[in-house]
Amino acid sequence: MTVGSSLTRRRYWTTRRRDQLTAYVFITPALLGALAFVFLPLVLVVWYSLHEWNVLADTFNFVGAENYRKLADDPNVPAVLRATAFFSIGLVVLNLALALLLAVLLNQKLRGTTVFRVLFFSPVVVSLLAWTIVWGFLLQDNGGLNGMLDAVGIDGPNWLRSGGTAMVSVVIVQVFKNVGLNMVLFLAALQGVPVSLHEAARTDGAGPWRVFRSITLPLISPTILLTSIITVVGSLQVFAQISVLTQGGPGNSTTVLVYYLYQQAFQFHAFGYGATLSVLLFGIVLALTVLQWQMRKRWVFHEQ
Amino acid sequence: MSNKTKLFLYGVLLVLCIPFVFPTWWMITSSFKPNSEIFSPSLLPSSWSFEPWRQVFTMQPFAQQYWNSAYIAVVVTVGTLVVASMAGYAFARIRFRGQNFLFLLVLTGLLIPSEVTIVPLFRIFNSLGLVDTHWPLILVPMLGPPSVLATFIMRQFFITLPGELEEAARMDGLGRPAIFRRIALPLARPALGAVAIFTFLHSWNLYLEPVVYISSQTKYTLPQALTQFTDAYQGQLWNVQLSAASMTAIPVLIVFVIAQRQFIEGLAHTGLKG
Repeated sequence: MTVGSSLTRRRYWTTRRRDQLTAYVFITPALLGALAFVFLPLVLVVWYSLHEWNVLADTFNFVGAENYRKLADDPNVPAVLRATAFFSIGLVVLNLALALLLAVLLNQKLRGTTVFRVLFFSPVVVSLLAWTIVWGFLLQDNGGLNGMLDAVGIDGPNWLRSGGTAMVSVVIVQVFKNVGLNMVLFLAALQGVPVSLHEAARTDGAGPWRVFRSITLPLISPTILLTSIITVVGSLQVFAQISVLTQGGPGNSTTVLVYYLYQQAFQFHAFGYGATLSVLLFGIVLALTVLQWQMRKRWVFHEQ
Repeated sequence: MSNKTKLFLYGVLLVLCIPFVFPTWWMITSSFKPNSEIFSPSLLPSSWSFEPWRQVFTMQPFAQQYWNSAYIAVVVTVGTLVVASMAGYAFARIRFRGQNFLFLLVLTGLLIPSEVTIVPLFRIFNSLGLVDTHWPLILVPMLGPPSVLATFIMRQFFITLPGELEEAARMDGLGRPAIFRRIALPLARPALGAVAIFTFLHSWNLYLEPVVYISSQTKYTLPQALTQFTDAYQGQLWNVQLSAASMTAIPVLIVFVIAQRQFIEGLAHTGLKG
Protein backbone atom coordinates (compact mmCIF):
# COMPACT_ATOMS: atom_id res chain seq x y z
CA MET A 1 0.00 0.00 0.00
CA THR A 2 2.65 2.48 1.04
CA VAL A 3 4.76 1.42 -1.90
CA GLY A 4 1.83 1.95 -4.23
CA SER A 5 0.97 5.42 -2.98
CA SER A 6 4.56 6.58 -3.09
CA LEU A 7 4.71 5.31 -6.67
CA THR A 8 1.61 7.23 -7.70
CA ARG A 9 2.89 10.27 -5.88
CA ARG A 10 6.14 10.08 -7.75
CA ARG A 11 4.21 9.80 -10.99
CA TYR A 12 2.04 12.77 -10.05
CA TRP A 13 5.02 14.96 -9.27
CA THR A 14 6.58 14.82 -12.70
CA THR A 15 9.43 17.20 -13.53
CA ARG A 16 6.96 19.29 -15.45
CA ARG A 17 4.55 19.60 -12.55
CA ARG A 18 7.36 20.36 -10.15
CA ASP A 19 8.60 23.03 -12.57
CA GLN A 20 5.16 24.57 -12.68
CA LEU A 21 4.92 24.65 -8.92
CA THR A 22 8.33 26.32 -8.72
CA ALA A 23 7.23 28.87 -11.27
CA TYR A 24 4.11 29.77 -9.30
CA VAL A 25 6.09 30.07 -6.09
CA PHE A 26 8.67 32.25 -7.86
CA ILE A 27 6.16 34.68 -9.32
CA THR A 28 3.93 34.92 -6.26
CA PRO A 29 5.71 37.84 -4.51
CA ALA A 30 5.92 39.90 -7.70
CA LEU A 31 2.33 39.13 -8.62
CA LEU A 32 0.91 39.88 -5.18
CA GLY A 33 2.99 43.05 -5.10
CA ALA A 34 1.66 44.22 -8.44
CA LEU A 35 -1.89 43.41 -7.36
CA ALA A 36 -1.62 45.11 -3.97
CA PHE A 37 0.46 48.15 -4.89
CA VAL A 38 -0.48 48.78 -8.52
CA PHE A 39 -3.83 47.29 -9.52
CA LEU A 40 -5.81 47.50 -6.30
CA PRO A 41 -4.94 51.21 -5.85
CA LEU A 42 -5.70 51.81 -9.53
CA VAL A 43 -9.21 50.45 -9.08
CA LEU A 44 -9.58 52.35 -5.81
CA VAL A 45 -8.46 55.64 -7.33
CA VAL A 46 -11.33 55.45 -9.81
CA TRP A 47 -13.75 54.55 -7.01
CA TYR A 48 -12.51 57.40 -4.79
CA SER A 49 -12.81 59.85 -7.66
CA LEU A 50 -16.58 59.34 -7.38
CA HIS A 51 -16.57 60.48 -3.77
CA GLU A 52 -16.42 63.71 -1.87
CA TRP A 53 -13.83 62.84 0.71
CA ASN A 54 -12.20 65.18 3.18
CA VAL A 55 -9.87 63.60 5.71
CA LEU A 56 -9.98 66.49 8.16
CA ALA A 57 -13.77 66.77 8.12
CA ASP A 58 -13.96 62.96 8.06
CA THR A 59 -16.48 62.91 5.23
CA PHE A 60 -16.68 60.20 2.58
CA ASN A 61 -19.81 60.46 0.43
CA PHE A 62 -20.65 59.06 -2.96
CA VAL A 63 -21.19 61.99 -5.32
CA GLY A 64 -21.12 60.32 -8.72
CA ALA A 65 -19.53 62.39 -11.44
CA GLU A 66 -19.44 65.54 -9.28
CA ASN A 67 -15.64 65.62 -9.12
CA TYR A 68 -15.42 65.31 -12.89
CA ARG A 69 -17.76 68.26 -13.30
CA LYS A 70 -15.56 70.14 -10.86
CA LEU A 71 -12.55 69.17 -12.95
CA ALA A 72 -14.18 70.54 -16.10
CA ASP A 73 -15.09 73.79 -14.32
CA ASP A 74 -11.88 74.20 -12.31
CA PRO A 75 -10.33 77.47 -13.57
CA ASN A 76 -6.88 76.19 -12.55
CA VAL A 77 -6.99 73.09 -14.71
CA PRO A 78 -6.29 74.72 -18.10
CA ALA A 79 -3.29 76.53 -16.58
CA VAL A 80 -2.11 73.30 -14.96
CA LEU A 81 -2.38 71.37 -18.21
CA ARG A 82 -0.61 74.17 -20.06
CA ALA A 83 2.21 74.14 -17.52
CA THR A 84 2.44 70.35 -17.74
CA ALA A 85 2.54 70.40 -21.53
CA PHE A 86 5.08 73.23 -21.55
CA PHE A 87 7.33 71.39 -19.13
CA SER A 88 7.06 68.06 -20.97
CA ILE A 89 7.53 69.42 -24.47
CA GLY A 90 10.29 71.80 -23.44
CA LEU A 91 12.07 69.03 -21.60
CA VAL A 92 11.80 66.51 -24.41
CA VAL A 93 12.93 68.91 -27.13
CA LEU A 94 15.89 70.32 -25.19
CA ASN A 95 16.86 67.00 -23.68
CA LEU A 96 16.86 65.10 -26.97
CA ALA A 97 18.61 67.85 -28.92
CA LEU A 98 21.34 68.21 -26.30
CA ALA A 99 21.66 64.43 -25.86
CA LEU A 100 22.11 63.99 -29.60
CA LEU A 101 24.65 66.79 -29.80
CA LEU A 102 26.68 65.34 -26.91
CA ALA A 103 26.48 61.83 -28.35
CA VAL A 104 27.69 63.00 -31.77
CA LEU A 105 30.58 64.87 -30.14
CA LEU A 106 31.54 61.86 -28.03
CA ASN A 107 31.32 59.62 -31.08
CA GLN A 108 34.27 61.45 -32.70
CA LYS A 109 37.63 59.76 -32.66
CA LEU A 110 39.04 61.86 -29.87
CA ARG A 111 41.12 60.95 -26.89
CA GLY A 112 39.52 61.40 -23.49
CA THR A 113 35.91 61.01 -24.55
CA THR A 114 35.45 58.56 -21.66
CA VAL A 115 36.25 61.34 -19.21
CA PHE A 116 33.72 63.63 -20.85
CA ARG A 117 31.17 60.86 -20.88
CA VAL A 118 31.61 60.47 -17.10
CA LEU A 119 31.33 64.23 -16.55
CA PHE A 120 28.19 64.60 -18.65
CA PHE A 121 26.64 61.59 -16.93
CA SER A 122 27.56 62.58 -13.36
CA PRO A 123 24.41 64.63 -12.58
CA VAL A 124 22.34 61.47 -13.12
CA VAL A 125 23.85 59.99 -9.95
CA VAL A 126 23.87 63.20 -7.91
CA SER A 127 20.93 63.00 -5.53
CA LEU A 128 17.95 64.72 -7.14
CA LEU A 129 17.35 66.95 -4.15
CA ALA A 130 21.00 67.97 -3.87
CA TRP A 131 21.07 68.87 -7.58
CA THR A 132 17.83 70.81 -7.32
CA ILE A 133 18.90 72.67 -4.18
CA VAL A 134 22.23 73.81 -5.61
CA TRP A 135 20.50 75.03 -8.77
CA GLY A 136 17.95 76.81 -6.63
CA PHE A 137 20.90 78.48 -4.90
CA LEU A 138 22.56 79.40 -8.21
CA LEU A 139 19.33 80.84 -9.59
CA GLN A 140 18.56 83.12 -6.63
CA ASP A 141 18.25 86.78 -7.47
CA ASN A 142 21.62 87.45 -5.84
CA GLY A 143 22.92 83.93 -6.62
CA GLY A 144 25.87 82.60 -8.55
CA LEU A 145 24.42 82.84 -12.04
CA ASN A 146 23.40 86.48 -11.74
CA GLY A 147 26.76 87.17 -10.05
CA MET A 148 28.51 85.89 -13.15
CA LEU A 149 26.16 87.75 -15.49
CA ASP A 150 26.79 90.88 -13.46
CA ALA A 151 30.52 90.49 -14.02
CA VAL A 152 29.97 90.76 -17.79
CA GLY A 153 27.52 93.63 -17.37
CA ILE A 154 24.20 91.78 -17.72
CA ASP A 155 21.46 92.32 -15.17
CA GLY A 156 19.96 88.84 -14.84
CA PRO A 157 16.30 88.32 -13.90
CA ASN A 158 15.08 86.73 -10.69
CA TRP A 159 14.97 83.40 -12.44
CA LEU A 160 12.63 81.45 -10.19
CA ARG A 161 10.36 84.29 -9.13
CA SER A 162 9.39 85.87 -12.43
CA GLY A 163 6.72 84.38 -14.65
CA GLY A 164 8.74 84.54 -17.83
CA THR A 165 11.72 82.56 -16.58
CA ALA A 166 10.52 80.26 -13.78
CA MET A 167 9.31 77.39 -15.96
CA VAL A 168 12.24 77.66 -18.35
CA SER A 169 14.60 77.49 -15.37
CA VAL A 170 12.94 74.36 -14.00
CA VAL A 171 13.11 72.71 -17.43
CA ILE A 172 16.80 73.54 -17.80
CA VAL A 173 17.68 72.25 -14.32
CA GLN A 174 15.99 68.96 -15.21
CA VAL A 175 17.60 68.76 -18.67
CA PHE A 176 21.11 68.89 -17.23
CA LYS A 177 20.16 66.41 -14.52
CA ASN A 178 19.16 63.58 -16.82
CA VAL A 179 20.39 64.29 -20.34
CA GLY A 180 23.31 61.93 -19.69
CA LEU A 181 20.99 58.92 -19.84
CA ASN A 182 19.69 59.76 -23.32
CA MET A 183 23.20 60.71 -24.40
CA VAL A 184 24.43 57.20 -23.59
CA LEU A 185 21.52 55.62 -25.44
CA PHE A 186 22.18 57.80 -28.50
CA LEU A 187 25.88 57.03 -28.33
CA ALA A 188 25.15 53.30 -28.41
CA ALA A 189 22.80 53.82 -31.36
CA LEU A 190 25.35 55.92 -33.25
CA GLN A 191 27.98 53.28 -32.77
CA GLY A 192 25.58 50.78 -34.32
CA VAL A 193 25.41 52.73 -37.59
CA PRO A 194 27.61 50.87 -40.09
CA VAL A 195 30.66 52.89 -41.16
CA SER A 196 30.39 51.46 -44.68
CA LEU A 197 27.11 53.34 -45.23
CA HIS A 198 28.78 56.62 -44.33
CA GLU A 199 31.66 55.94 -46.65
CA ALA A 200 29.37 55.03 -49.52
CA ALA A 201 27.42 58.26 -49.08
CA ARG A 202 30.62 60.26 -48.86
CA THR A 203 31.94 58.82 -52.13
CA ASP A 204 28.60 59.73 -53.71
CA GLY A 205 29.43 63.30 -52.77
CA ALA A 206 27.20 63.84 -49.73
CA GLY A 207 28.42 66.39 -47.19
CA PRO A 208 28.59 65.57 -43.45
CA TRP A 209 25.26 67.26 -42.69
CA ARG A 210 23.55 65.41 -45.51
CA VAL A 211 25.00 62.10 -44.29
CA PHE A 212 23.76 62.82 -40.78
CA ARG A 213 20.27 63.77 -41.94
CA SER A 214 19.74 61.09 -44.56
CA ILE A 215 21.58 58.14 -43.07
CA THR A 216 22.34 58.54 -39.39
CA LEU A 217 19.03 60.06 -38.28
CA PRO A 218 16.76 57.47 -39.95
CA LEU A 219 18.93 54.65 -38.61
CA ILE A 220 18.73 55.88 -35.04
CA SER A 221 15.04 56.82 -35.25
CA PRO A 222 13.95 53.85 -33.06
CA THR A 223 16.20 55.19 -30.31
CA ILE A 224 14.86 58.71 -30.79
CA LEU A 225 11.29 57.47 -30.39
CA LEU A 226 12.15 55.34 -27.40
CA THR A 227 14.03 58.09 -25.57
CA SER A 228 11.28 60.60 -26.29
CA ILE A 229 8.67 58.28 -24.79
CA ILE A 230 10.75 57.59 -21.68
CA THR A 231 11.45 61.30 -21.32
CA VAL A 232 7.81 62.37 -21.76
CA VAL A 233 6.45 59.83 -19.30
CA GLY A 234 9.23 60.72 -16.84
CA SER A 235 8.49 64.41 -17.27
CA LEU A 236 4.88 63.90 -16.20
CA GLN A 237 6.13 62.66 -12.85
CA VAL A 238 8.12 65.79 -11.97
CA PHE A 239 7.44 66.86 -8.41
CA ALA A 240 10.53 67.46 -6.27
CA GLN A 241 11.97 70.05 -8.66
CA ILE A 242 8.77 72.09 -8.64
CA SER A 243 8.32 71.72 -4.91
CA VAL A 244 11.86 72.91 -4.13
CA LEU A 245 12.43 75.51 -6.84
CA THR A 246 9.13 77.34 -7.31
CA GLN A 247 6.35 75.72 -5.20
CA GLY A 248 4.26 75.95 -8.35
CA GLY A 249 4.67 79.73 -8.62
CA PRO A 250 4.85 82.51 -9.43
CA GLY A 251 1.07 82.48 -9.62
CA ASN A 252 0.48 78.95 -10.81
CA SER A 253 2.81 79.21 -13.79
CA THR A 254 4.82 76.12 -12.77
CA THR A 255 2.01 74.11 -11.17
CA VAL A 256 2.23 70.88 -13.14
CA LEU A 257 -0.34 68.12 -12.78
CA VAL A 258 1.41 66.02 -10.14
CA TYR A 259 2.12 69.11 -8.05
CA TYR A 260 -1.53 70.21 -8.32
CA LEU A 261 -2.64 66.70 -7.37
CA TYR A 262 -0.37 66.83 -4.33
CA GLN A 263 -1.71 70.24 -3.31
CA GLN A 264 -5.33 69.20 -3.64
CA ALA A 265 -5.00 65.86 -1.89
CA PHE A 266 -2.34 66.43 0.73
CA GLN A 267 -2.39 70.16 1.40
CA PHE A 268 -6.10 70.96 0.97
CA HIS A 269 -7.19 67.45 2.01
CA ALA A 270 -9.56 67.13 -0.95
CA PHE A 271 -8.81 63.46 -1.50
CA GLY A 272 -11.75 62.76 -3.79
CA TYR A 273 -10.70 65.55 -6.13
CA GLY A 274 -7.08 64.43 -5.80
CA ALA A 275 -8.18 60.98 -6.95
CA THR A 276 -9.94 62.58 -9.93
CA LEU A 277 -6.74 64.36 -10.89
CA SER A 278 -4.91 61.03 -10.56
CA VAL A 279 -7.34 59.48 -13.03
CA LEU A 280 -6.63 62.37 -15.40
CA LEU A 281 -2.87 61.77 -15.03
CA PHE A 282 -3.37 58.08 -15.74
CA GLY A 283 -5.46 58.91 -18.81
CA ILE A 284 -2.67 61.10 -20.17
CA VAL A 285 -0.01 58.43 -19.60
CA LEU A 286 -2.24 55.83 -21.25
CA ALA A 287 -2.95 58.06 -24.25
CA LEU A 288 0.76 58.72 -24.72
CA THR A 289 1.53 55.02 -24.58
CA VAL A 290 -1.09 54.20 -27.20
CA LEU A 291 0.28 57.03 -29.34
CA GLN A 292 3.73 55.50 -28.98
CA TRP A 293 2.50 52.19 -30.37
CA GLN A 294 0.90 53.90 -33.32
CA MET A 295 4.00 55.92 -34.09
CA ARG A 296 6.19 52.91 -33.78
CA LYS A 297 4.27 51.21 -36.52
CA ARG A 298 4.23 54.16 -38.87
CA TRP A 299 7.14 56.41 -38.36
CA VAL A 300 10.14 54.43 -37.26
CA PHE A 301 12.50 53.27 -39.93
CA HIS A 302 13.21 49.54 -39.91
CA GLU A 303 12.69 48.35 -36.42
CA GLN A 304 14.82 45.34 -35.60
CA MET B 1 41.01 64.94 -38.25
CA SER B 2 43.21 68.02 -38.27
CA ASN B 3 44.67 69.39 -35.06
CA LYS B 4 42.59 72.52 -35.48
CA THR B 5 39.33 70.53 -35.60
CA LYS B 6 40.42 68.54 -32.56
CA LEU B 7 41.20 71.67 -30.62
CA PHE B 8 37.83 73.10 -31.59
CA LEU B 9 36.01 69.94 -30.48
CA TYR B 10 37.82 69.91 -27.14
CA GLY B 11 36.86 73.54 -26.66
CA VAL B 12 33.20 72.80 -27.34
CA LEU B 13 33.24 69.79 -25.00
CA LEU B 14 34.86 71.81 -22.22
CA VAL B 15 32.31 74.62 -22.49
CA LEU B 16 29.46 72.10 -22.54
CA CYS B 17 30.83 70.51 -19.37
CA ILE B 18 30.27 73.65 -17.31
CA PRO B 19 26.54 73.24 -16.51
CA PHE B 20 27.13 69.57 -15.67
CA VAL B 21 30.13 69.92 -13.41
CA PHE B 22 29.94 73.42 -12.02
CA PRO B 23 26.80 72.92 -9.86
CA THR B 24 28.39 70.01 -8.01
CA TRP B 25 31.59 72.02 -7.55
CA TRP B 26 29.59 75.03 -6.37
CA MET B 27 27.59 72.90 -3.94
CA ILE B 28 30.71 71.52 -2.27
CA THR B 29 32.76 74.72 -2.18
CA SER B 30 29.86 76.93 -1.08
CA SER B 31 29.14 74.54 1.78
CA PHE B 32 32.46 75.65 3.31
CA LYS B 33 31.70 79.35 3.01
CA PRO B 34 30.56 81.26 6.08
CA ASN B 35 27.08 82.70 5.80
CA SER B 36 28.39 86.23 5.25
CA GLU B 37 30.21 85.08 2.15
CA ILE B 38 27.62 82.68 0.78
CA PHE B 39 26.61 84.80 -2.22
CA SER B 40 30.12 85.94 -3.13
CA PRO B 41 30.96 84.77 -6.65
CA SER B 42 34.45 83.48 -5.70
CA LEU B 43 35.11 79.91 -6.79
CA LEU B 44 36.66 78.95 -3.46
CA PRO B 45 35.85 80.11 0.08
CA SER B 46 38.26 82.80 1.30
CA SER B 47 38.62 80.80 4.50
CA TRP B 48 37.30 77.27 4.86
CA SER B 49 34.65 77.03 7.52
CA PHE B 50 33.61 73.62 8.81
CA GLU B 51 30.90 75.18 10.93
CA PRO B 52 28.07 74.54 8.41
CA TRP B 53 29.02 70.86 8.28
CA ARG B 54 28.77 70.69 12.07
CA GLN B 55 25.48 72.60 12.09
CA VAL B 56 23.90 69.98 9.84
CA PHE B 57 24.01 67.60 12.78
CA THR B 58 22.91 70.06 15.45
CA MET B 59 19.94 71.46 13.54
CA GLN B 60 18.41 68.09 12.71
CA PRO B 61 18.98 64.46 13.74
CA PHE B 62 20.90 64.18 10.48
CA ALA B 63 22.84 61.01 11.34
CA GLN B 64 19.54 59.31 12.10
CA GLN B 65 18.04 60.60 8.84
CA TYR B 66 21.09 59.43 6.94
CA TRP B 67 20.70 56.00 8.48
CA ASN B 68 16.98 55.98 7.58
CA SER B 69 17.73 56.64 3.92
CA ALA B 70 20.60 54.16 3.84
CA TYR B 71 18.82 51.24 5.45
CA ILE B 72 15.62 51.80 3.47
CA ALA B 73 17.57 51.90 0.20
CA VAL B 74 19.47 48.72 1.09
CA VAL B 75 16.35 46.81 2.14
CA VAL B 76 14.48 47.93 -0.98
CA THR B 77 17.41 47.00 -3.22
CA VAL B 78 17.92 43.54 -1.73
CA GLY B 79 14.19 42.87 -1.66
CA THR B 80 13.72 43.97 -5.26
CA LEU B 81 16.62 41.80 -6.39
CA VAL B 82 15.05 38.73 -4.75
CA VAL B 83 11.49 39.38 -5.95
CA ALA B 84 12.44 40.46 -9.48
CA SER B 85 15.05 37.79 -10.18
CA MET B 86 12.74 34.98 -9.06
CA ALA B 87 9.76 36.23 -11.05
CA GLY B 88 11.92 37.19 -14.03
CA TYR B 89 13.46 33.73 -14.05
CA ALA B 90 10.12 31.94 -13.90
CA PHE B 91 8.65 34.05 -16.69
CA ALA B 92 11.72 33.53 -18.88
CA ARG B 93 12.71 29.91 -18.32
CA ILE B 94 9.73 27.89 -17.10
CA ARG B 95 6.59 27.01 -19.05
CA PHE B 96 3.49 27.19 -16.92
CA ARG B 97 -0.20 27.63 -17.35
CA GLY B 98 -1.31 31.26 -17.50
CA GLN B 99 2.25 32.41 -18.17
CA ASN B 100 1.49 34.89 -20.93
CA PHE B 101 -1.54 36.31 -19.23
CA LEU B 102 0.22 36.75 -15.90
CA PHE B 103 3.24 38.31 -17.57
CA LEU B 104 1.04 40.75 -19.43
CA LEU B 105 -0.69 41.57 -16.15
CA VAL B 106 2.61 42.35 -14.47
CA LEU B 107 3.76 44.27 -17.51
CA THR B 108 0.76 46.61 -17.50
CA GLY B 109 2.12 47.75 -14.15
CA LEU B 110 4.75 49.62 -16.16
CA LEU B 111 2.03 51.92 -17.46
CA ILE B 112 0.97 53.11 -14.06
CA PRO B 113 3.27 55.67 -12.44
CA SER B 114 3.26 55.64 -8.65
CA GLU B 115 1.97 59.23 -8.62
CA VAL B 116 -1.36 57.93 -9.95
CA THR B 117 -1.86 55.57 -7.03
CA ILE B 118 -0.53 57.67 -4.16
CA VAL B 119 -3.96 58.82 -2.95
CA PRO B 120 -5.47 55.32 -2.49
CA LEU B 121 -2.17 53.96 -1.18
CA PHE B 122 -2.14 56.69 1.44
CA ARG B 123 -5.58 55.62 2.54
CA ILE B 124 -4.58 51.95 2.66
CA PHE B 125 -1.50 52.66 4.74
CA ASN B 126 -3.47 55.05 6.90
CA SER B 127 -6.07 52.41 7.72
CA LEU B 128 -3.27 49.94 8.52
CA GLY B 129 -1.77 52.47 10.92
CA LEU B 130 1.42 52.62 8.86
CA VAL B 131 1.50 56.34 8.13
CA ASP B 132 4.59 57.99 9.63
CA THR B 133 6.46 54.69 9.49
CA HIS B 134 9.00 53.55 6.92
CA TRP B 135 6.81 50.69 5.69
CA PRO B 136 5.29 52.57 2.72
CA LEU B 137 8.76 53.70 1.61
CA ILE B 138 9.93 50.07 1.67
CA LEU B 139 6.89 48.13 0.47
CA VAL B 140 5.75 50.32 -2.44
CA PRO B 141 9.09 50.49 -4.31
CA MET B 142 9.99 46.88 -3.44
CA LEU B 143 6.71 45.43 -4.74
CA GLY B 144 5.15 48.23 -6.81
CA PRO B 145 6.08 49.90 -10.12
CA PRO B 146 9.91 49.96 -9.80
CA SER B 147 9.87 46.26 -8.95
CA VAL B 148 7.73 45.56 -12.03
CA LEU B 149 10.38 47.25 -14.16
CA ALA B 150 13.07 45.19 -12.43
CA THR B 151 11.13 41.97 -13.09
CA PHE B 152 10.91 42.88 -16.75
CA ILE B 153 14.65 43.59 -16.97
CA MET B 154 15.51 40.30 -15.27
CA ARG B 155 13.20 38.38 -17.59
CA GLN B 156 14.79 39.97 -20.66
CA PHE B 157 18.17 38.88 -19.35
CA PHE B 158 17.26 35.31 -18.40
CA ILE B 159 15.63 34.75 -21.79
CA THR B 160 19.04 35.12 -23.44
CA LEU B 161 20.70 32.35 -21.41
CA PRO B 162 21.48 29.24 -23.46
CA GLY B 163 19.26 26.28 -22.59
CA GLU B 164 22.09 23.74 -22.67
CA LEU B 165 23.45 24.92 -19.35
CA GLU B 166 20.23 24.14 -17.57
CA GLU B 167 19.81 20.80 -19.31
CA ALA B 168 23.31 19.79 -18.24
CA ALA B 169 22.51 20.78 -14.67
CA ARG B 170 19.28 18.82 -14.85
CA MET B 171 21.21 15.73 -15.98
CA ASP B 172 23.29 16.15 -12.87
CA GLY B 173 20.06 15.89 -10.89
CA LEU B 174 19.58 19.51 -9.91
CA GLY B 175 16.01 20.72 -9.34
CA ARG B 176 14.66 24.06 -10.55
CA PRO B 177 15.39 26.04 -7.40
CA ALA B 178 18.97 24.77 -7.42
CA ILE B 179 19.39 25.55 -11.12
CA PHE B 180 18.11 29.06 -10.47
CA ARG B 181 20.39 29.63 -7.52
CA ARG B 182 23.56 27.91 -8.69
CA ILE B 183 23.48 28.35 -12.48
CA ALA B 184 21.21 31.19 -13.56
CA LEU B 185 21.79 33.73 -10.78
CA PRO B 186 25.59 33.76 -10.96
CA LEU B 187 25.34 34.30 -14.73
CA ALA B 188 22.90 37.17 -14.21
CA ARG B 189 25.38 39.34 -12.33
CA PRO B 190 25.42 42.18 -14.89
CA ALA B 191 21.62 42.40 -14.91
CA LEU B 192 21.48 42.17 -11.12
CA GLY B 193 24.05 44.95 -10.90
CA ALA B 194 22.03 47.16 -13.22
CA VAL B 195 18.85 46.53 -11.25
CA ALA B 196 20.66 47.15 -7.96
CA ILE B 197 22.06 50.51 -9.08
CA PHE B 198 18.74 51.66 -10.51
CA THR B 199 16.76 50.53 -7.47
CA PHE B 200 19.16 52.03 -4.96
CA LEU B 201 19.17 55.42 -6.69
CA HIS B 202 15.40 55.34 -7.03
CA SER B 203 14.97 54.78 -3.31
CA TRP B 204 17.72 57.26 -2.40
CA ASN B 205 15.99 59.99 -4.45
CA LEU B 206 12.40 59.21 -3.46
CA TYR B 207 10.73 62.49 -2.51
CA LEU B 208 6.95 62.57 -3.02
CA GLU B 209 6.34 59.45 -0.91
CA PRO B 210 8.32 60.56 2.16
CA VAL B 211 6.72 64.01 1.99
CA VAL B 212 3.28 62.39 1.92
CA TYR B 213 3.83 59.65 4.49
CA ILE B 214 6.45 60.85 6.98
CA SER B 215 5.84 63.64 9.46
CA SER B 216 8.31 63.05 12.34
CA GLN B 217 11.71 64.58 11.93
CA THR B 218 13.52 61.51 13.26
CA LYS B 219 11.87 59.41 10.55
CA TYR B 220 12.70 61.74 7.66
CA THR B 221 14.77 60.44 4.79
CA LEU B 222 17.56 62.54 3.28
CA PRO B 223 15.68 64.23 0.40
CA GLN B 224 13.06 65.39 2.85
CA ALA B 225 15.58 66.47 5.48
CA LEU B 226 17.57 68.51 2.94
CA THR B 227 14.73 70.98 2.50
CA GLN B 228 14.37 71.69 6.24
CA PHE B 229 17.50 73.72 6.99
CA THR B 230 15.95 77.11 7.62
CA ASP B 231 16.38 79.77 10.28
CA ALA B 232 13.65 80.95 12.63
CA TYR B 233 12.14 83.12 9.88
CA GLN B 234 11.97 80.28 7.32
CA GLY B 235 14.95 81.80 5.52
CA GLN B 236 17.17 79.20 3.96
CA LEU B 237 20.53 78.56 5.60
CA TRP B 238 22.25 77.93 2.32
CA ASN B 239 25.65 76.83 3.59
CA VAL B 240 24.15 74.31 6.01
CA GLN B 241 21.73 73.06 3.38
CA LEU B 242 24.53 72.71 0.84
CA SER B 243 26.67 70.84 3.39
CA ALA B 244 23.87 68.34 3.91
CA ALA B 245 23.35 68.11 0.15
CA SER B 246 27.07 67.47 -0.34
CA MET B 247 27.00 64.69 2.24
CA THR B 248 24.08 63.13 0.35
CA ALA B 249 25.71 63.39 -3.05
CA ILE B 250 29.42 62.72 -2.43
CA PRO B 251 29.30 59.01 -1.39
CA VAL B 252 27.23 58.07 -4.44
CA LEU B 253 29.52 60.16 -6.68
CA ILE B 254 32.58 58.34 -5.33
CA VAL B 255 31.06 54.93 -6.02
CA PHE B 256 30.08 56.20 -9.47
CA VAL B 257 33.61 57.32 -10.31
CA ILE B 258 34.99 53.94 -9.23
CA ALA B 259 32.39 51.89 -11.11
CA GLN B 260 31.43 54.35 -13.86
CA ARG B 261 31.16 51.72 -16.57
CA GLN B 262 28.68 49.60 -14.60
CA PHE B 263 26.70 52.69 -13.62
CA ILE B 264 26.44 54.16 -17.10
CA GLU B 265 25.72 50.91 -18.88
CA GLY B 266 23.43 49.65 -16.14
CA LEU B 267 21.34 52.81 -15.93
CA ALA B 268 21.18 53.26 -19.68
CA HIS B 269 20.10 49.64 -19.99
CA THR B 270 17.37 49.88 -17.36
CA GLY B 271 16.24 53.21 -18.77
CA LEU B 272 16.04 51.67 -22.21
CA LYS B 273 13.82 48.86 -21.07
CA GLY B 274 11.55 51.19 -19.16
